[in-house]
Amino acid sequence: MSGGGRSAGAGGARGRARSAGAGQAERGGGTSRARGRGKQSTVELRNVSRWYGNVVAVNDITMTIGPGVTGLLGPNGAGKSTLLHMIAGFLAPSRGELTVAGAASWRNPDIYRTLGLVPERDSVYAFLTGAEFVTASARLHKLPAPGAAARRAIEMVEMTGAQDRKISTYSKGMRQRIRVAGSLVHDPEVLLLDEPFNGMDPRQRLHMMDLLHSLGEQGRTILFSSHILEEVERVSGTIQVMVAGRLAASGDFRAIRRLMTTRPHVFLVRTSDDRALGATLIGRPAVTGVEVTDHGLSVRASDYGTFSREIAALTKNQGIRLRELLPEDESLESVFAYLIDADGPRAR
Amino acid sequence: MNHTAVPAGPLTPGAPGESSQTMFGDQGRVIASITMRATMGRKRALLFAIPAVILLLVTVLLKLAHPHDPTWPSQVDGIFGFTVVLPLTALIIGTSVLGAEVDDGSIVHLLATPVPRWVVIWSKYVVAVVLTAAFVAVPELLAGLIATGGLTKLAAGLFVGALAGSVIYNAVFVMLSVVTTRAIAYGLAYVVVWEGLLANFVSGARLLSVGHYSLGVANGIAHDGSNLNAGISLGTSVVMGLIVTAATIVIAVRALSSFSLKGDAI
Repeated sequence: MSGGGRSAGAGGARGRARSAGAGQAERGGGTSRARGRGKQSTVELRNVSRWYGNVVAVNDITMTIGPGVTGLLGPNGAGKSTLLHMIAGFLAPSRGELTVAGAASWRNPDIYRTLGLVPERDSVYAFLTGAEFVTASARLHKLPAPGAAARRAIEMVEMTGAQDRKISTYSKGMRQRIRVAGSLVHDPEVLLLDEPFNGMDPRQRLHMMDLLHSLGEQGRTILFSSHILEEVERVSGTIQVMVAGRLAASGDFRAIRRLMTTRPHVFLVRTSDDRALGATLIGRPAVTGVEVTDHGLSVRASDYGTFSREIAALTKNQGIRLRELLPEDESLESVFAYLIDADGPRAR
Repeated sequence: MNHTAVPAGPLTPGAPGESSQTMFGDQGRVIASITMRATMGRKRALLFAIPAVILLLVTVLLKLAHPHDPTWPSQVDGIFGFTVVLPLTALIIGTSVLGAEVDDGSIVHLLATPVPRWVVIWSKYVVAVVLTAAFVAVPELLAGLIATGGLTKLAAGLFVGALAGSVIYNAVFVMLSVVTTRAIAYGLAYVVVWEGLLANFVSGARLLSVGHYSLGVANGIAHDGSNLNAGISLGTSVVMGLIVTAATIVIAVRALSSFSLKGDAI
């Protein structure tokens, strides 16, 4: 997705989401360990942009991320990976300042004493056993007792039982966990995970979510990206929402979620008598617009919950058969777009 | 939510003040070990042995057919060995020790550590040189021994020349695998077009031909009229070989220091 052409209204929505939020990303975990870590675990971006030729992937982002779990949420192509790669020192910002624990990450291998990265691409040295992989990581970090550090990291991700098997025999979730162990072996203050739940089954997702939550409770700064709202909801109280390269919202998840769920929705309704139902619907407070189309009624509702409850009762009372009720704008993009577009979601 | 039990406390972070020389050595050993297993574990590792086996088979057959002909050893083990077997084997190995990890993304696990980038390049490079020497220089020595009936100057020249070629070629090909995703294509173009065509017709082009450096070294050691057809002298070969090796390794280290991941699909 190009990030260059969709900037209208971002500032307004950003302000709205932020003011609604109970706290900022800096709020963090709040444990004694968190207090002990302090600035060592802070990620700071100031007016960071990244572009490729004429395409802007990340557009003027300023944020501070402190201890605790922070979700980086946004649709595919929003610029999440680009942002994570910049924070991780694997991409140079085109403009702006970016520091991890006070030091620039680009072209600075020493930053990996503080930072751990679990990239999205599921490539790993499959011919190694889990224990060999994590021990190798410990040795590359020059830990004085690499074997012991590896054992503890493997225990942390609950992979002790499978640590002597080759990684090529692991399931997707196991590979992900052993990669997390490799990234945690040096006890980093900051852990970045790019789409950590991709390809996992529900049980594996829950396990990873619990692990991230625990790591955040310890006071580490955990930043993970996801394009799935529910994943972020379960793990993270603080989110950064990116849309089209911009920071669309930032702060407490519940406040932003409220904004998302109370936004206007557009439904496609097909019944045995569209016009009769349309005439009734237009008088309802929860409905702000009705249009008769070739495919059925296009209904614009101001309140998702109220409309969903009323439509069933209305059709029953009038003896109209409800054949189909489809949300027309439920793509994640349209949800996010609402956050940056003062006029509400647009048809896509 | 049932939180995963996480052991408390730090995981023994590295203590400052340890001998950097020793620790760099350990990092290098880890990288070399993983590289060796990755390179030799792939099925294409079988490819490494094919050119060497062909070279040895041809040598044995010619020895049986023309045991006293003094011309073919330098032609087959020298010219064919140094213009075909050596560059192609070095190309496959040199571009795979690092390039394969760059291609599949596993290099990130290595680079997301505080290992100095020169240690990464140097470790990978040493593995490539050792493997190329094993699959080319040793067979060249064996072929020379078979062809000339003993440890002659020609046999020694072939061995040392192939060693020199392993050292220089791999520096070039490892560098290519860092700076481009089409390292094999560019490497092949260099071997076939530059070395195979231009260097044979334009004498100046030999100054930038690793194949001719290798032949120059081999010829300088054999120097008994072995007819290795070296286009440049031993001295020039050594000096140019050192310059090219050092320059390409420096370029590779600088390029790896700026290694970038692609971001979102845009």
